[in-house]
Amino acid sequence: MTQMNQAMIEKYRSSFLKEVETNVEEGHWVKMCMQCGVCSGSCPLGPHWEHPPQEIFMMIRANKRDEVLKSSSMWFCTSCYNCIARCPRGLPITHIMHGLASYSKKLGLAPKSQPTESFGQIFWNSIASNGRVNELKIGLALQFKDGFGQGVKNAMAQKDLGMAMMKTKRMNPMEFFGGHTCKDKSGIARMLKKAQEVEDQHIANYGAGK
Amino acid sequence: MADMKIGAYICKGCGIAERLDTKSLVSVATRDGKAAIGREHDFLCNADGVAMIQQDIDGEGVNRVVIVGCSRRAKTEAFSFEGVTLSRANLREGVIWVRPDTDEARETTQEMAEDYVRMACAEAKFLKVPESSGEQGLLRRIMVVGGGVSGMTAALEAAKAGYEVVLVEKAGQLGGVAAQMYKRVPAKNGRQGPVDPEVEKMVHAIESLPSIKVHLNTTVAKTSGAPGRFKVELATESGSSSEAEVGAIVQATGFVPYDINKLPELGGGKSPDVVDQLGFEMLAKAANGGPIKRPSDGKEVGNVVFVQCAGQRSEAPGHLPYCSGHCCTTSIKQAMYVKAAGGDATVLFDDLRTPGATGEDFYRAGQEAGVTFSKGQVSSVEVAGGEVKVSFKDLILNEEAVDNADMVVLATGMVPMSGPDPYLMLDLESARGQNDTARVADLEAQLEGGFPSVLNLDYRQGTDVPHLKHGFTDSHFICFPYESRRTGVYTAGPVRRPMDMAQAMEDATGAALKAIQACENAALGRAAHPRSGDLSFPKFRMEGCTQCKRCTVECPFGAINEDEKRYPLFNEARCRRCGTCMGACPVRVISFENYSVETVGQQLKAVDMPDEFSEKPRLLVLACENDAYPALDMAGMTHQEYSAYVRVIPVRCLGSVNTIWITDALNSGYDGVMLMGCQKGDNYQCHFVKGSEMAHYRMSKIDDTLSQLNLEKERVQTFEVSITDIERIPKIINDMAELIGQIGMSPFKF
Repeated sequence: MTQMNQAMIEKYRSSFLKEVETNVEEGHWVKMCMQCGVCSGSCPLGPHWEHPPQEIFMMIRANKRDEVLKSSSMWFCTSCYNCIARCPRGLPITHIMHGLASYSKKLGLAPKSQPTESFGQIFWNSIASNGRVNELKIGLALQFKDGFGQGVKNAMAQKDLGMAMMKTKRMNPMEFFGGHTCKDKSGIARMLKKAQEVEDQHIANYGAGK
Repeated sequence: MADMKIGAYICKGCGIAERLDTKSLVSVATRDGKAAIGREHDFLCNADGVAMIQQDIDGEGVNRVVIVGCSRRAKTEAFSFEGVTLSRANLREGVIWVRPDTDEARETTQEMAEDYVRMACAEAKFLKVPESSGEQGLLRRIMVVGGGVSGMTAALEAAKAGYEVVLVEKAGQLGGVAAQMYKRVPAKNGRQGPVDPEVEKMVHAIESLPSIKVHLNTTVAKTSGAPGRFKVELATESGSSSEAEVGAIVQATGFVPYDINKLPELGGGKSPDVVDQLGFEMLAKAANGGPIKRPSDGKEVGNVVFVQCAGQRSEAPGHLPYCSGHCCTTSIKQAMYVKAAGGDATVLFDDLRTPGATGEDFYRAGQEAGVTFSKGQVSSVEVAGGEVKVSFKDLILNEEAVDNADMVVLATGMVPMSGPDPYLMLDLESARGQNDTARVADLEAQLEGGFPSVLNLDYRQGTDVPHLKHGFTDSHFICFPYESRRTGVYTAGPVRRPMDMAQAMEDATGAALKAIQACENAALGRAAHPRSGDLSFPKFRMEGCTQCKRCTVECPFGAINEDEKRYPLFNEARCRRCGTCMGACPVRVISFENYSVETVGQQLKAVDMPDEFSEKPRLLVLACENDAYPALDMAGMTHQEYSAYVRVIPVRCLGSVNTIWITDALNSGYDGVMLMGCQKGDNYQCHFVKGSEMAHYRMSKIDDTLSQLNLEKERVQTFEVSITDIERIPKIINDMAELIGQIGMSPFKF
């Protein structure tokens, strides 16, 4: 991953904007931002972002590669689509944010133990291996992501919720031992492999198009 | 019209008959108003009612028609009779709709209506049908001064409409600023990016039209006369001169870019690589699509920074306080030249403004081409070692930043190429005459850096079209932007306000049409805006004139010259019929046939004045017919109530209010007088520019009269109102009525 990062730094030495346009999903839209700030104003989590979308776009144009890619900002996006609905220039801002997040993770630059990033990885691991989401395991993995001690504290804090879920048959403790899967696990694996190929091709096409 | 015969017609429709005793109104008209004929009709504005009036005109010899019914602003087409005068008593909007329908109010409402009938009959006695001055002549030829895009557009449009054009250009070729351009911002479909300016096409079209006579290297040495009969003397550079007669004039003298040498902090004048937009345009034209080479060393430019709002939108001394409107799109265009040639371009803006239908799309085209746009405030531009260092504060990221460029383009503003402000010139002349050195120095400083006279008008009020602000020529921006303050002279393009090429072409088209209209109006003796179509014009009684010159000085349109015996010379076709001269005249010798000191003076005297102990005060409202009177009508339409003690008389403009009316009103027992006119000052809305201001000034001197009469000065008040004040005007009337209640009745009731 770091190797890829180095390669990208070499390739787009002078222009982070070009790098984004070529490698980030919907990145070619970034230059069309007119800095009105409606996205930042519309974001329900806006005040909590390190750099709200408007700033992210400006930073990309100002060649601030590290600050953007190492930022936790785009991981804050909850896909509410307010910004997309309101952007007067029609930028697919949500998609760009996810594109940036995904790109930074690919380069190994995403902030470590950022909760959204960790959750995403845990979720992906679960669904990619079994074709089903194992809620118990995801919950436990999230609770224990910052170590055993913290995990116990987290679990104790949420024990009432857990008990209630079990009582209403929303969570099965037996899932801990294996858990349910889909009928055709190898089919899922093939499907995901194909999807990866499609995405690689997609990104390669962006590169070729620009 | 040897014998005067008044016919008064009372309409009973629209609820008038239910609210008022119309029979007694008829007897008021015949008894007090001396109307020979008084008739009622159920529905006066229908064909039958109009036919009844026409019958009386034809059969009975009625020549003064008095319509008692709705406002003078309603049903004007129905009540339009040839060869007779027309007075209107406003009982609908002015009486029944502003009064409550109650038993207590009935008596005062009826009194109000009866007074309006008396007033209309009194006015009728002093009206005349306007007659021709004999000054008219039709001359279908206009002069266009300035051969840039605006001037050429005006010339072509006028020629297309069948007019002859005299096109005067001081340079050696046509085209102006546009001829120096590589490309232009398109007028349509901004997405296509910069397009060819097509100036050669326009020049060619002009040269191929025999009806357009082009005078190059020529200036206007003298302009005299009036619309329909301007005489101009043209002087060429070589010293020869010629004369032309034209019906109207379009002044399209354009602009010059603000001098970048005044911006050393932005590198202006410090390096040949810091240029203004016109300078960069010429480099692009020279490159003609190839890489642009910078002036200092001929290096092909790789990175160009455009600094927006350079020396404009700034209150700093010497800077232009206004936005020039075109510079953002112009910078986008030029940045696209750089991108097309393979370079990088950054536009540093504070507010990016892209006016016009294509502006936003053009901006997108620039973004798509890869131009970088940064919201930033430039603090300095320094030249060092073959690079231009632009330091700026990034306003989005809130940090200081630096961009090293090969060239910097400063987006400076437009400075209008208008002639000197005629009033400053006149002030300067008089200050010099009085040896007032301080005033002379002050005026010279104000005039410094200005341009020589464009039109050299042979007018009492100076050589050029008056300015509003910052050297741009004055016009009524809200209602009739093309009219200048010199009737028959239309300014178009950036000399009127900052604008881009598409706007200038549209502006010039409008100006050409207005110039044509001015010629046609002059031929018929009709007024221009806002009294368009009015045939009356000021006349004066020479034997009474004291040659005080107030009319010649105060006319907002410079219409009045002085003849060789120093009497006023009215120049009908230059006149806008506002009556400011009539209001100015201390000996009251100026009048219009259908509007005079008598027509208003007799109306206010015709009001039945209750005695001091009746507890029925009387308030006179002199309301400007352009805004205040329509607002009063609308107050009626929306049924706002106001005091039954007011009597409203519409006036052409507050400027036409002669102080004798105020004195007469106070002497005949009115308890208060209210003047309602339009907003004055720099952001004026006065339809005659200076009328409201003159009225306020004159009324500020009325205190002497009041103190002589031993009256409180609150009894006379002047208000600035606008046409939207339909709730405020009834309120100020009611407040005034309350105030009169407090200070008590006037002792001058007989």
